Amino acid sequence: MKYDIDKYLRQDKLPHIWCPGCGHGTIMGNLARAIDKAELDPDKTVVVSGIGCSGRATGYMNFDTLHTTHGRAIAFATGIKLGNPELNVIVIMGDGDGAAIGGNHLIHGARRNIDLTVILMNNHIYGMTSGQFSPMTPTGANATTTPYGNIDQNFDLADLTKASGASFIARGTAFNTRQLIEIFEDGLLHKGFSFIEAISQCPVNYGRRNNIDTAVEMLKWQKEAAVNIKKWDKLSQEEKKDKFPTGIIYQANKREYTEMYQEIIDSVQEEA
Amino acid sequence: MTNKPKLLQGDEAVVEGAIAAGARFFAGYPITPASEIAEGLAEKLPAHGGKFIQMEDELASMACVIGASLSGLKSITATSGPGFSLKQENLGLGMMIEAPCVVVNVQRVGPSTGLPTSPSQGDVMQAKWGTHGDHPVIALAPSSVKETFELTVKAFNFAERFRTPVILLLDEIVGHMREKVVLPEEDEIEIWDRKKPTKSPEEFNPYEETEDHIPPMPDYGTGYRYHTTGLFHDKTGFPRGTNEDAKKLMDRLMAKIEENMDIISLYEDDIREDDEVIVLAYGSTMRSAINAVSKARENGIKAGWIKLQTLWPFPEEYVKEISKNAKSIIVPELNRGQLIKEVKEHVFGNADVYGINKYDGTLIKPDEILNKIKEVK
Repeated sequence: MKYDIDKYLRQDKLPHIWCPGCGHGTIMGNLARAIDKAELDPDKTVVVSGIGCSGRATGYMNFDTLHTTHGRAIAFATGIKLGNPELNVIVIMGDGDGAAIGGNHLIHGARRNIDLTVILMNNHIYGMTSGQFSPMTPTGANATTTPYGNIDQNFDLADLTKASGASFIARGTAFNTRQLIEIFEDGLLHKGFSFIEAISQCPVNYGRRNNIDTAVEMLKWQKEAAVNIKKWDKLSQEEKKDKFPTGIIYQANKREYTEMYQEIIDSVQEEA
Repeated sequence: MTNKPKLLQGDEAVVEGAIAAGARFFAGYPITPASEIAEGLAEKLPAHGGKFIQMEDELASMACVIGASLSGLKSITATSGPGFSLKQENLGLGMMIEAPCVVVNVQRVGPSTGLPTSPSQGDVMQAKWGTHGDHPVIALAPSSVKETFELTVKAFNFAERFRTPVILLLDEIVGHMREKVVLPEEDEIEIWDRKKPTKSPEEFNPYEETEDHIPPMPDYGTGYRYHTTGLFHDKTGFPRGTNEDAKKLMDRLMAKIEENMDIISLYEDDIREDDEVIVLAYGSTMRSAINAVSKARENGIKAGWIKLQTLWPFPEEYVKEISKNAKSIIVPELNRGQLIKEVKEHVFGNADVYGINKYDGTLIKPDEILNKIKEVK
């Protein structure tokens, strides 16, 4: 399929600032393709980001865009969406941004099931501040703030958002473009809180400290570790080791927050 | 036809004032002594088509209010000291991106959990310097329930007119005290709405310098597709990272407040030509100040009072002028002396300045001020 994505990107702001080999540009391009496929009205679409490498995406995307504070993008997006429920509101976060400092907003956004499409670009590291460990840095991996190895354990963000109440949960990789476009599109069209973890690669600040120091090697890792959810359940515990499921992991029909609030307004006004 | 008198507390007057000013969005988090504002707006907003949301924390509340403002709604949040501290980073973003909104702080004694149900004026300096970096601040402080209604409307008007967050500093006494008030009719209330762009999206720059330094603001979803960031930005809204852009933006943010002091600076006074002792106060402390001055006058003492309603920006010129004819200025405050520092700086040695300070959760009684007046007359 051919996509017309130039109109969704601010051409005068390109090329982007992400390092050579970074997965964020691929993921942003695939988001633009999914927006094209989903036929969202660009004038009614808002993209919100936090702070970090992922945060820079809003500068390149040709919509109403808001570059906020570290970790708080979902809270800003909640105000935008509840303020005007007609808007398609997309949130782009990083793994430090979304799972550490912004973790509270992630679980509460999911709990409300407010109609946001939340994309968490997970490169397993704080890239912009040059390589400190995040909640998604694998246990045992090296980062600038784990000089003796990382003893922290990770979140399973799909499990976390499911337990919190999100009604659409998916995971994809920068490597598998076709799959990522599809799940982005499904997430954009889903009514409710959509959470998509997009596995990215950071050869500069993660790879080179962890003996996987080219983008090609990191993409190969993504290819080998990713298992489509349709095949995932057939794997033994042993086979699942060091692998992760991709595709739509969970989807449910649940009441959406802004629609429920509108019902309150309608009933209060009717009574008056 | 005039409205019937109502028995309202200050927190409830914020609710009434917000609705009257056109507020259609509240995001907040429960905290004493400000929760009545959240409860009131949760009940009243839907009837006006407005929205209420209780967020997961104070940071999210501030963020949510700014988001709704960008969607085009007049937005408000309310808190007290601990929550006000938590809001500071996003409040700074609001100032930087010029998002109109109102932040109410019903002050209680701090620091930390402090005395949660006792009055304080301890956040005067936090209102001015709470967020990092230089920044423009408008902060208003009412001293009665009626004034709380009026200043809530003014806070929204200033927020919309000057495109900036406005802080409304109540204290626990003003927030919880009940008084009889007659609220004005709808057509008696002056309402300002933010300036909307007249240029087409193709010709539009979201942060362009204008004569009044206040850029027009389109609502999200109206086709302007503009970028907003907490980074220093040029007129296009995009960061370029130049020192020249940074200075230009900071100077404009400050100029839009400083050049409108005559509109923003609200105060009242009762000073006779030969009054020698002036009591300068604000908030609930003002009530004892007025009482003390009238008792002093009954005793033949030449005393007058100033009621500051706008604390920030501080009315430097006005205080300087007043000080020229005064012998002494007394500044009673429910803190260890915050606004008094501004007073001292701007009297240029013309008058002696004395503080009366309480920070134990009790209020300042009229006689305590009267005794000071007698002492320094």
